[in-house]
Amino acid sequence: MSLHAESTAVPREKVESPRVKSIKDFFRRFTKNKPAVIGFFVILFLVFLAITVSSFSRFDIIITPHDPSTVNLVDRFQGPSSEYWFGTDHMGRDIFSRIVHGMILTLGIGFVSVIMGGIIGVPLGIIAGFYGGKIDAIIMRFVDVLLAFPGILLALAIVSILGGSLINVTIAVAIYSVPGFARIVRGSTLATKKLEYIDAIRALGATDTRIIFLHVLPNVLSPIIVNATLYIATAILTAAGLSFLGLGAQPPAPEWGAMLNDGRNHLRDAGHIAFFPGLAILVVVLAFNIFGDGLRDALDPKMKN
Amino acid sequence: MGSENNILRVNNLQTSFFIDGGHEIKAVDGVTFDVPEGKTLGIVGESGSGKSITALSILKLIDSPGKIKGGEINLKGENLVDKTEKAMRKIRGNTISMIFQEPMTSLNPTYTVGQQIRESYKIHQGLGKRESTEKVIEMLKLVGIPSPEKRINQYPFELSGGMRQRVMIAMALACNPELLIADEPTTALDVTIQAQILELIKELQDELGMSVIMITHDLGVVAETCDFVAVMYCGKVVEYAEVKTLFKNPRHPYTVGLLKSLPRSDIDQLELIPIKGTVPSPDNMPEGCSFAPRCPFATELCHDHLPDLLEIGDGEQIRCWIYTDDWDGDPEVKVYEP
Repeated sequence: MSLHAESTAVPREKVESPRVKSIKDFFRRFTKNKPAVIGFFVILFLVFLAITVSSFSRFDIIITPHDPSTVNLVDRFQGPSSEYWFGTDHMGRDIFSRIVHGMILTLGIGFVSVIMGGIIGVPLGIIAGFYGGKIDAIIMRFVDVLLAFPGILLALAIVSILGGSLINVTIAVAIYSVPGFARIVRGSTLATKKLEYIDAIRALGATDTRIIFLHVLPNVLSPIIVNATLYIATAILTAAGLSFLGLGAQPPAPEWGAMLNDGRNHLRDAGHIAFFPGLAILVVVLAFNIFGDGLRDALDPKMKN
Repeated sequence: MGSENNILRVNNLQTSFFIDGGHEIKAVDGVTFDVPEGKTLGIVGESGSGKSITALSILKLIDSPGKIKGGEINLKGENLVDKTEKAMRKIRGNTISMIFQEPMTSLNPTYTVGQQIRESYKIHQGLGKRESTEKVIEMLKLVGIPSPEKRINQYPFELSGGMRQRVMIAMALACNPELLIADEPTTALDVTIQAQILELIKELQDELGMSVIMITHDLGVVAETCDFVAVMYCGKVVEYAEVKTLFKNPRHPYTVGLLKSLPRSDIDQLELIPIKGTVPSPDNMPEGCSFAPRCPFATELCHDHLPDLLEIGDGEQIRCWIYTDDWDGDPEVKVYEP
């Protein structure tokens, strides 16, 4: 055959493993986006700090010499100083210590609830999108019911039923993130299912399970990862909101939303009590959002090269 | 038809789509044809004539709301219409393989070429990565891809259209199918690559001894590659004949119209001769022959009654009143002057 006129190869010195290559590609594209890289390192730093402080008391004493829940009425309403970096609250507790110790709560709620929501939402979405018809209708109507409630209201309702506690807030936020996952995954599955390569692989005799796990899931993975990251930000906000309303973390737990509520009564004379927890929430949510956006751009196959 | 060694006999296949609460659209309505062993059958027809649905029906890959309503798909004596999904999976890719129109979208962008060809071996022979790598390289060589050791680790987006179609062919042929269905395999490719791919399919057919169903709307492709032709119009086969007979002596007015509409190089020609009118929409099919509204010879009989698929001559089949005893139009009607 003299059929090789159409050679397209980009000349390459050595054959790289395709996995390694695609991961390298991803990093190259992601690191181009500087804000996203900063967001990533902020998250990494905060996670590291949260884990260190909550697991190793030796480091904890160095980082936060003041106990987050010890009441010291003599030093109440102190502004930021070298002794109390972020000042003290209306009970004289060190705000810096409380924020650092609250980090594990905030991040924990964010991660755990989104993972729980994903575990329920992703299979629902894939099954609905892949099989369509009645199964799709039943699953999506259920999801629509969840979606019909405004997020915070739904979470409120769930927490009111289960009772106010951190675990219940996590469950509430998880349930609240299920519809988002299900809808996004269903949409991507519908789009993927219609592609010719799914027909092609079916024409090769693959089973539905094989098609779903090996050919649909990898193609809907990027929206899942991106949305999980962005949902963590929303989950943190919702959880903080619930705690602000007194339905989440119970005193004296140093939850940021609850701290914000503590500062609410002293906004005029001691604004720093509300300011620093608010700033912490802002930084974390912003970091996750920017990181999520960067991930989305880097994972978009249309942006290859 | 006389030949006993048909690998596939499709008899009165009917596939319909049920939309908007039971409204039926007959995409394939009584398709009958044979595929002789080791030969190539061309299915020609314009867009929407049911070619691709026929192909998907053979593999039973019709998705809801579509349904195979009746007929027989006889593969070496076994009726596929009665087979379970599980049994069909063993046939797909193993006995019957299919290649698709768009090489750009028929490969999964998230896997390398090697991984995708490996799928065939994994699904049907349970081979792991190590055992199949050699076979994959062999397959890539067979379909004429240079330096397969390198290609095996490349992603589809790194290959040209022609290369991808070769990879598709390699995937389809990995398990040595007895029948290859090629659904417009060259439509998305430019002309020189088209010729290469058609040549490749022919070579592989000779080498592996398989039968081919070539679905196309290009009569040139049919003339070059096929042994038999089924001409489809509105979900029905209107003419089935050997390729030489069809081009030399077409009988159905639709086939005649198609051939007349081709540009010719042997006479001076200022304009092409089109078939007047348009294809009737599938939810508004004429009661009689579906070609009657466009047919220059149509009589009342044609408009009111659907002709049967008649066997005439040596293995030829035709669905037209002109060739029956009931014909009430001009008996002198000569549909084609060479």
